[in-house]
Amino acid sequence: MSFITGVGLTSFGKHEGSSSLDLMSKAAELAIADAGLKRAEIDGILCGYSTVSPHIMLATVFAEHFGIQPSYAHAVQVGGATGLAMTMLAHHLVEAGVAKHVLVVGGENRLTGQSRDASILALAQVGHPDYEVTLGPTIPAYYGLVASRYMHEYGVTQEDLAEFAVLMRSHALTHPGAQFHEAITVADVMASKPVAMPLKLLDCCPVSDGGAAFVISRERTGTSGVQVRGCAQAHTHQHVTTAPALSELGAEIAIAKAKAAAGLAISDVRYAAVYDSFTITLAMLLEDLGLAKRGEAAAKVRSGHFGRDGAMPLNTHGGLLSYGHCGVGGAMAHLVETHLQMTDRAGNRQVRDASIALLHGDGGVLSSHVSMFLERVR
Amino acid sequence: MSERLADWTKGAEAIVYQTCGACGKVQYFHSGFCAACGAQDLEEHRGSGAGTVYATSLVCRAATPETRAHVPYNIVLVDTAEGFRMMAHGDNDLAIGDAVAARYQPFAGRLVPYFTKVK
Repeated sequence: MSFITGVGLTSFGKHEGSSSLDLMSKAAELAIADAGLKRAEIDGILCGYSTVSPHIMLATVFAEHFGIQPSYAHAVQVGGATGLAMTMLAHHLVEAGVAKHVLVVGGENRLTGQSRDASILALAQVGHPDYEVTLGPTIPAYYGLVASRYMHEYGVTQEDLAEFAVLMRSHALTHPGAQFHEAITVADVMASKPVAMPLKLLDCCPVSDGGAAFVISRERTGTSGVQVRGCAQAHTHQHVTTAPALSELGAEIAIAKAKAAAGLAISDVRYAAVYDSFTITLAMLLEDLGLAKRGEAAAKVRSGHFGRDGAMPLNTHGGLLSYGHCGVGGAMAHLVETHLQMTDRAGNRQVRDASIALLHGDGGVLSSHVSMFLERVR
Repeated sequence: MSERLADWTKGAEAIVYQTCGACGKVQYFHSGFCAACGAQDLEEHRGSGAGTVYATSLVCRAATPETRAHVPYNIVLVDTAEGFRMMAHGDNDLAIGDAVAARYQPFAGRLVPYFTKVK
């Protein structure tokens, strides 16, 4: 077993003048302090990537900058699934005895470090360089394609998708670190500027500056115990052109393997942290994971099921859609929030019971998936 | 492997795909081997340009000056008559399930496949 012994998260939005390394350092410092450890006790480092400051050895660049000489260190790149993929690896590393305390860190000044066009261009490169990128698609267009098909097959409407943006915004309103603090309605989402139809501006996550970090340890370092109960990955394709049918995507494969690894069922889950780069991403993943039946996730949002006081609280910090998306650190915020909920530290966002949590990350265009179950042990 | 045929990615007015002599799979992304079985026994073919719309997304916000000049443009995934899926451009009012045929149109300094509805 492994424990998530500490978490750290910066606010998301504009951090004018902060570099990717600055944001990573800030989050790392918070996570190490939260674990009650000293920097010198960290013997493993896993870090994500930065589109603003690409480097072939970012983990050691960070280690030197931060002042750590770990016995294990490298970067990991799985797009939006990177944070959970690093957590899964850290879990296996500490279980195997390779390291005692692995620092997992991601951070990027994606909003102020480069133009929005540069961010959009960098992300579009997940497409095929000859057969897709030449056609001028954007990341919203790749997901727009998936959305059009999903809506067609399962009778989902644009108003249905808008519900997810409204839900994430309502959660962000109670988190001081979130990028957005103005309430929105379904009508606001519907009236927002078209980006890549059927996706409109408020169906899309923003570009943010921010950082997040956690420490994964072999033994608990304090009284709280949040364990990685089981996790699994699935990678079915890279490019949307070669994606399998909607009923055969990687989320379903990953969750089936994670359930087997954890010995848990969806009915055991009390809190959900699900990747939400776009409203369609969240709608599809909730249904792929079995947290809602096909085509019914939006109805469950409307009935309050995924709200803070609902049966399955979801992304109570506001998710990528409203807390913000700074790259690798973006989806790591989901785990930080989950940890706060599981350790009764979420303040005014605290849910009744977060004893067992399901986390899911997606990279590329539903290409790479990581499902993970966390359990609180007394 | 047969000689590589020029396609739209090389500036020619053609869609090209490969079939595997060993397992029979059809693939669109050009490769030196079959992505399904690894065999190098591939044959190249020109596609007919006929197909059915699988998905669409009308791009209204582009990220470069060259592509911005074309907004809105419709990105489509088409299931071709030959059995492979491809990304292309198409008429803005295409709907999923429409029978379509390919022609070629300039876009951001190159030639791209562009699908229109078959009447």
